[in-house]
Amino acid sequence: MALVLTEEQAMIRDAADGFFRDAAPPAAFRKLRDAKDATGFDRDLWRQMAEQGFAGVLVPEAHGGAGLGFVAAGLIQEAVGRNLTLSPLLSTAILAASALVAGGTEEQRAQYLPQIASGERLFALAADEQARHAPHAIATTAEASGNGFKLNGCKTFVLDGHVADTLIVAARTDDGITLFLVDAKAPGVATERTIMVDQRNAAEVTLTDVQVDGADVLGGVGGGAALLDRILDAGRACLAAELLGVSQQSFDTTIDYLKQREQFGQKIGSFQALQHRAAHLFCEVELARSATLRALQALDAGEDRAPMFVSLAKAKAGDVAKLASNEGVQMHGGIGMTDDYDIGFYMKRARAAGETFGDAGFHGDRLARLMGY
Amino acid sequence: MSDTLDAFRIETRAWLEANCPAEMRTPVARDSDVCWGGRNAKLSGPQRAWLDAMGAKGWTVPEWPAAYGGGGLSKDEAKVLASEMRRLGARSPLSSFGIWMLGPALLKYGSEAQKLEHLPKIARGEIRWCQGYSEPGAGSDLASLRTSAVLDGDEYVVNGQKVWTSYADKADWIFCLVRTHPDAPKHLGISFLLFDMASPGVTTSPIRLISGASPFCQTFFDDVRVPAANLMGEAGKGWDIAKYLLTHEREMIGAMDFSAGGRDSVSQIAARTIGLDGEVLGDPILRTDIVRHEIDAWAFGLTMERVKDQAKAGQGVGALSSMLKYYGTELNKQRQELLMSVGGSDSLQWEGDDGDQSRSWLRSRANSIEGGTSEINLNIIAKRVLQLPGA
Ligand SMILES: Cc1cc2nc3c(=O)[nH]c(=O)nc-3n(C[C@H](O)[C@H](O)[C@H](O)COP(=O)(O)OP(=O)(O)OC[C@H]3O[C@@H](n4cnc5c(N)ncnc54)[C@H](O)[C@@H]3O)c2cc1C
Repeated sequence: MALVLTEEQAMIRDAADGFFRDAAPPAAFRKLRDAKDATGFDRDLWRQMAEQGFAGVLVPEAHGGAGLGFVAAGLIQEAVGRNLTLSPLLSTAILAASALVAGGTEEQRAQYLPQIASGERLFALAADEQARHAPHAIATTAEASGNGFKLNGCKTFVLDGHVADTLIVAARTDDGITLFLVDAKAPGVATERTIMVDQRNAAEVTLTDVQVDGADVLGGVGGGAALLDRILDAGRACLAAELLGVSQQSFDTTIDYLKQREQFGQKIGSFQALQHRAAHLFCEVELARSATLRALQALDAGEDRAPMFVSLAKAKAGDVAKLASNEGVQMHGGIGMTDDYDIGFYMKRARAAGETFGDAGFHGDRLARLMGY
Repeated sequence: MSDTLDAFRIETRAWLEANCPAEMRTPVARDSDVCWGGRNAKLSGPQRAWLDAMGAKGWTVPEWPAAYGGGGLSKDEAKVLASEMRRLGARSPLSSFGIWMLGPALLKYGSEAQKLEHLPKIARGEIRWCQGYSEPGAGSDLASLRTSAVLDGDEYVVNGQKVWTSYADKADWIFCLVRTHPDAPKHLGISFLLFDMASPGVTTSPIRLISGASPFCQTFFDDVRVPAANLMGEAGKGWDIAKYLLTHEREMIGAMDFSAGGRDSVSQIAARTIGLDGEVLGDPILRTDIVRHEIDAWAFGLTMERVKDQAKAGQGVGALSSMLKYYGTELNKQRQELLMSVGGSDSLQWEGDDGDQSRSWLRSRANSIEGGTSEINLNIIAKRVLQLPGA
C-alpha cells in the first residue's frame, strides 16, 4: 500500500484540522485547566465530536458508526495533538471501540457500539497496575462466583476513569488473563481522580468484591492477553499520531518564532547553531510521520506484523515529540518557560503521551523481541 | 492495469531466472564484486554476461527512454523489476556515476546529439564516468572553483586541478565544472564540460584513504583541448546543472544502503556473532544501542518509501534530497560503529578478508563528507525547506 493518504483520508484530515482548530484550540484547553473543571473536558464538545463522526470513527456503519478505520482515527488524533484537545476520544472511541470490535459478542457489540458512536456512554481501560507500563503483570483477580466472577484488585493510570460509565478491567483467572466489562457504579468500585502534569486525568480504581456476570466477559475467559495487546496497539498507534501532532505543532511554532525574534540585530533564525538543530528536527518529524502512517495502515490491513509497526511508531513518535517540545522550549528562551506561552503545554503532553502504554524503551524492547533479539 | 502489471511480473521473473547467472545471485562481499563497467573493466565471466544481458534490455536504467538505451519502463514496472531482482537476490548489474549522476542531468539539460552519444553507452556500461567538481580551494564552497576553460576557435582549453576525484584513474570520461567567465559573479561564470580522460594533458595521481584503498585522485589539466560541442547546456549556466546533478547524487548516497535490500540488519549480525541469552541479545547495553539504531533505520526506510509514493502522487516534496543524504549517511556511519562494537577485537583486523569490517567502517566516515557534507545539507534544509532567514 502506498504511504500516502487517499483522497477520502485527505478530506478527513482537513475536516479534523478545521474542526479542532475552531472548536477546541489550545485556548480552550487553557480555560478548562484554569477552571479546574470537574469533568476534565467539555461534554458539549464531545457531543459535537460525535456529530462529526469522530466518536464513531472505528465503529462499523452497521452499528451506527462511521467505520473509517485507523488511518482516519490517527488523523483525528493528530489534530487533537496539535490543539491539545481534551476529550474521551482515546479511552472511548479508540480503546473501547477496538475492544468491542475485536472481542465483543454480538450482544455486547449491539448494545455498546452505537452508544460509543453517539457519544452517550464513556469507557475507560483499567489494565495497568504499576507505574511503569507492564500490561501482562496483573495481580487483580477474578474468582468464579455465582454465575459470574468476583473481582478484587487495584488499577492505576486509568485514563478518564473518573467519568467512565463502563470500565474494561483486565484480571487474572485460572487460565490466564480475562477482560471484563464492569459498571463503574457497581458496588465495590472506588474511583479516585488524579490530575497529571498534562491536565489529563488518570484515576486509581480499587475493586473490592465486585460481582460481574458471565455475560460481561469480553473476548472469552482466559483470552484476555491477546485481546488486551490488540486494544493497546490500537491506542498506541493513535497515541503515536497524537504525538506526531504535538511534534508538528511544537516544530511549526518554533520555526515561526525563529523568524520573528531578534537578538544581536538579527533574527535568531539566522544563527547556524539553531538552523542545524531545526533542520535535524525537521528530519526527525518526517521519520515519525512515516512510521506512524505505516502502523495505522498495518492495523487497517490486519497485517501480522502490525505489532512491530506499532511499536516502531510509538517508540519513534514518543522520542521525537520529546525532542521537538524540548527544543521548542529551549529555542524560545525565557518566554518558553512561562505558563502564558503554549509551548510548555506541548512538552508536558509529549511526556505524558510518551509514557502512556509504553515509552520508547518499552517499545524498543518489544520490537527487539518480536524481531528475535 | 494491475493485470498488465501482473503479466509483466510473470515475464520479468521468467527472464531473470533464465538470464541472471547463479554467481550474480549472491551478496556483494568485496570491492571486486561491484561491476563498474568502462573501457578497461576487468569483469568475471558471469559479471560480463549479467551486464550484457541487462544492458541489452535497458534494465540497467529501467526508467530511461528506450531511444537512449533505457528500459522505457513506468515507475510501477520499475518497482516490479526491482522487487523481482530482490526476490532472486540478484546483484545490481552495473554501478555507475553515469547512471546515478550524469544521466539524469543529461536527460534534462543535454542536447539531442549528446543524449544519443552518451546515454546508451552509460546504459550498457561501455563508458565509465568520473565527477570533476571539488578543487583544493573549492569544497563546500564549490562555486569558488578556479579550473579555467578558454574558448580557442571551436575548442575549449582547460587548465587547473581537481581533487578527491573518485576513480579518476579508472574512468574513461569526466563531467567537469570549469570557469568560462572569470569576471562574472562566481555562480554565473561556471560551465559544464564533458571530455575524454585520454585527452592529452590529463593526468591523475591516486590518493590513499584512511581505509587503505585509493579510489580517489588528484586530477590535473594542462592545456587539455575539448571540442566546444562538449559543452552541456549554455556557457555560464553550469551551476544550475551542477546543483541538479547533486540532488540526484545526494539521494543516491543517502539511499545507498537502505534500498540495497537483502542486507543483514545489525541485529541479525549481532545475534549470530554474540548470540542470545534466552530470548534477548547476550549484551544488553549493545542491544539497546542496536534497537535505537534500527528504529531510526526502519523509520528512515519508510520515509524514503513515502517520499517516492508522494512524488508519484504528484505531491511536492521540496528539497528532500538533502534530508535523505544527511539522515541516511549519518545512519550508515552509526551502523558501521555498531558493527565494529559487535565484532569486538575481530573487527580490528586489517589484512585479508578479515579486514573488510574495519575498512568498511573507515570508508563509511566519508559518507557524510562526499556529495556535500552533513553540515551543508543541514544548511540547505534550513534555507530551502524551513526558509530560515540569512541561511
Ligand atoms: C570518499 C570521497 C569521495 C569523493 N568523491 C568526489 C568526486 O568524485 N568528485 C568530486 O568532485 N568530489 C569528491 N569528493 C569531495 C567532496 O565533495 C568534498 O570533500 C566535500 O564537498 C567537502 O569539501 P572539503 O573536503 O573541501 O571540506 P570543507 O568544505 O573544507 O569543509 C570542512 C568542514 O567545514 C564544514 N563547513 C564548510 N562550510 C560550511 C558552512 N557553510 N557551514 C557549516 N559548516 C561548513 C564542513 O561541513 C566540514 O565539516 C569526495 C570526497 C570523499 C571523502
